[in-house]
Amino acid sequence: MAKAFPFTAIVAQEEMKTALLVAAVDPSVGGVLVFGDRGTGKSTAIRALAALMPKIPMVAGCPYNCDPTRPAAELCPACAQSAALKTRMAPIPVVDLPLGATEDRVIGALDLERALHDGEKAFEPGLLARAHRGFLYIDEVNLLEDHIVDALLDVAASGENLVEREGLSIRHAARFVLVGSGNPEEGELRPQLLDRFGLSVEVRTPQDVAARVEIVRQRDAFERDPEAFIKRQRRKEGRVRRQLQNARQTLERVDVPQAVLEAAAQLCLSLGTDGLRGELTLIRTSRARAALQGREVATLDDLRALAPPVLRHRLRRDPLDESGSSVRIDRALAALFDGARDG
Amino acid sequence: MAPAMDEGRARWRDAALAAACLAVAGAPLGGIRLRARPGPVRDFWLERMRALAAPDRPWRRLPLHCSEARLLGGLDLSATLRAGKPVEARGVLAEAHRGVLVLPMAERASGALVSPLAAVLDDPTLSVEREGLAARHPCELVVLALDEGVNDEGVNDETLDPRLRERLAFEVDLDPVALADLDDFPWTRPQIREAAGRYRDIAVSEDTLESLCRATIVLGIDSPRAAVLAARSARALAALADLGHPQPPGDALLDAVLRLVLAPRATRLPAPLAPEEPEEPEEPEEPVADSEPRPPDRAADDPPPPGSAPEADAEQSAEQGAPRARDEQERILEAAHAVLPADLLARLAAGERPRGASRAPGKSGAAQRRQRRGRPMGSRRGDPRRGARLDVLATLRAAAPWQPLRAPPPEGALLRIESDDLRILRFRQRSQSVTVFVVDASGSSALYRLAEAKGAVERLLADCYVRRDEVALIAFRGQGAELLLPPTRSLVRAKRALAALPGGGGTPLAAAIEASAALLEQLERRGSSPMYVVLTDGRANVCRDGRTGREAAMEDARAAAASLRRRTRAPGMVIDTSPRPHRCAVQLAEALGALSLPLPNADAAQLQAAVERVAA
Repeated sequence: MAKAFPFTAIVAQEEMKTALLVAAVDPSVGGVLVFGDRGTGKSTAIRALAALMPKIPMVAGCPYNCDPTRPAAELCPACAQSAALKTRMAPIPVVDLPLGATEDRVIGALDLERALHDGEKAFEPGLLARAHRGFLYIDEVNLLEDHIVDALLDVAASGENLVEREGLSIRHAARFVLVGSGNPEEGELRPQLLDRFGLSVEVRTPQDVAARVEIVRQRDAFERDPEAFIKRQRRKEGRVRRQLQNARQTLERVDVPQAVLEAAAQLCLSLGTDGLRGELTLIRTSRARAALQGREVATLDDLRALAPPVLRHRLRRDPLDESGSSVRIDRALAALFDGARDG
Repeated sequence: MAPAMDEGRARWRDAALAAACLAVAGAPLGGIRLRARPGPVRDFWLERMRALAAPDRPWRRLPLHCSEARLLGGLDLSATLRAGKPVEARGVLAEAHRGVLVLPMAERASGALVSPLAAVLDDPTLSVEREGLAARHPCELVVLALDEGVNDEGVNDETLDPRLRERLAFEVDLDPVALADLDDFPWTRPQIREAAGRYRDIAVSEDTLESLCRATIVLGIDSPRAAVLAARSARALAALADLGHPQPPGDALLDAVLRLVLAPRATRLPAPLAPEEPEEPEEPEEPVADSEPRPPDRAADDPPPPGSAPEADAEQSAEQGAPRARDEQERILEAAHAVLPADLLARLAAGERPRGASRAPGKSGAAQRRQRRGRPMGSRRGDPRRGARLDVLATLRAAAPWQPLRAPPPEGALLRIESDDLRILRFRQRSQSVTVFVVDASGSSALYRLAEAKGAVERLLADCYVRRDEVALIAFRGQGAELLLPPTRSLVRAKRALAALPGGGGTPLAAAIEASAALLEQLERRGSSPMYVVLTDGRANVCRDGRTGREAAMEDARAAAASLRRRTRAPGMVIDTSPRPHRCAVQLAEALGALSLPLPNADAAQLQAAVERVAA
């Protein structure tokens, strides 16, 4: 199998990298959408994320990735009944939803082998079960079949996969960070699906020769000797992994001071975003960024850094106004912060 | 320098060079887009290419109608039933691993075919999550996309899906090649094998790397993928030329990469002298490599006879500073001139984005119809006898749990299936609605209401967005009509195309109506439901053949309108953009069998209501 290009060797694209790491620290920020030009390494970055993932405790042999540290009520029936759960440490799963995946494989279906062979009605969990507590990645998310999107929307909203088919009636937890990538020139995203993403990142092609040379040089070095290349990045990757692990632990302790809360509220107000979700996500991402940087207090800088990806897709947009969102956010940020400094 | 080499021969040598590179480096180069009509030249190239490939590697043709199940693989039903457990049938992609996949009529390949190809070209691992199977297969492919798209000025031009195109390193147009130009490839399989052995260890020099990256910026190529593919091509070329001692790739090599990889992707040309920086980061858009003759080629591109060219050239690194930059610009220009057709060059030089750049990905023909109409979307209980297709897997799943309760299956059968178990496939029913806007940008219109018409179209576009319709835009002025925007759902592009629409010139109404009819027909053929909105004052003054004259032009327009009415069933409307309602537009609407409506003083709401009435 091909080896993945290491995350830490990806040139530029800071907003995308930060957004992905923030979602890895706090899954409740609600998914990352990466939209942008062709060839900018969108899927490379997301696939590379898998290698960075810290390990979390899971019930050994459980197909639903149950967490043995949780009370029995939150486990799958098999784990809940089991007297002694065996724990194994496994990396946070990053599951790829490949093109052409069929519904039965996504949400799960009757286990054909056992049905044919033993006449037994057993459930064969799908990708949603495998992605529980981790990431579910969809490349070309804007081209995804509608009936798969429907299934995803429901699960992503409820955190639970409810299967009612082929005489089966199963429910299992499926909380995952939805990560999608695509090229807006090939079609817009359904508004309901857009709404499921906490952060929306725009990637652009670097326009200076130096950055392009660097991209090609890294790719070239990787291809000629992937093992050596990965080895050279190992220390950096390890550092990011530890950073993630620490951030996940300290996250709860990170304080969000009143000034940041107020700035978040004010920003959303001035931009007229819908509902509270934008505000909440702003606060969560600020906290996650602070944790990522080893701080226990979130700052206005955190807020400022993440406001564009958090709010970009939440502005009531004129569907014809193409460049508007980012510009409007920048303006609102400038007004807010420069105003604050003046006063 | 030899005297200007015969163009066909030069092109053939480029094609040979590309074939050899693909044989050397394989999957990392993605493949080639070979523009050629079927015929002896193309066949000969394929045959020689095949002779270079290792005989034990797969060589598969991928027909356009290949179903998703066959492409990706799925459940082998008979084997599954025999074995009593799921047995996988490998798809075409997995079967072609380490081999070559030939895609004839690639310009008509649908998204359903292109997306998986693009995915395995990026990451040579095929993940299958289908029909109860989960599998991963290695899938290293070289794709030979045989692009037969004719590109006359009409609206019917189809080009390769940009997603696939951007992942194939090479692009060669074989149209100028005559039979007399054909020559056997100057390599043998053992030589290729030897070069392949060297490929991995060859590094691209910093200088070459920088030159290539600078060229991408100068040519307005945004995707970093192009630079990556260019670097790999440089390595493959060096491996071909190398006699065993690593050497810095020279000028001939750089020129070959420029011609084969970068120039065909140009979206602009360097200014002859002053290098300029790009002003806007934008989606890489593809020029349509045409089949026009090109200026005489420079002679430096002799394909390397086994193990000699491209030679190392020390000058390149010796030269420094401004003279070198200028030299480089000239070489880039020269490469562009060598491979790009004259008309495209002219457009690029004028600072226009290449037309046809905004092609929607492979949305035509039978494949598309299959995708829109025939993409299964789950299954439900039902009777397959009424023409519906049985979903065998779902049926088995439905039947399996009941087996213990039912009477034992008849002799030799594994299951007893009852009519209650039968499941039929549901298909996606809704056909795509497409609104084709035909906008008069002539002088007479521009004078009065072009801005207002643009405003009206924008309002309608917003509406289409809400309904998730596709839109297309045809503009006409001066000598003819032009498809500015092929059917797309991307509003960003629609808006851009509209904003960039200049006004002025005559009113070639007949040409516009003909172009619309062709597009509408094409859309109907692929299973969409198109409608059209013509915004014009109806006062034609340019005939179909380009002559001017009010009377004859009006006559032509009427004839074209009548023909459109016969050719399609698409509903339409004419919006009269003249300052006072005029009978010309009404007459046009009558001839078209369309609704007519004067553009009231910028009352977009009324306009919208009218369009909805027609669409309903």
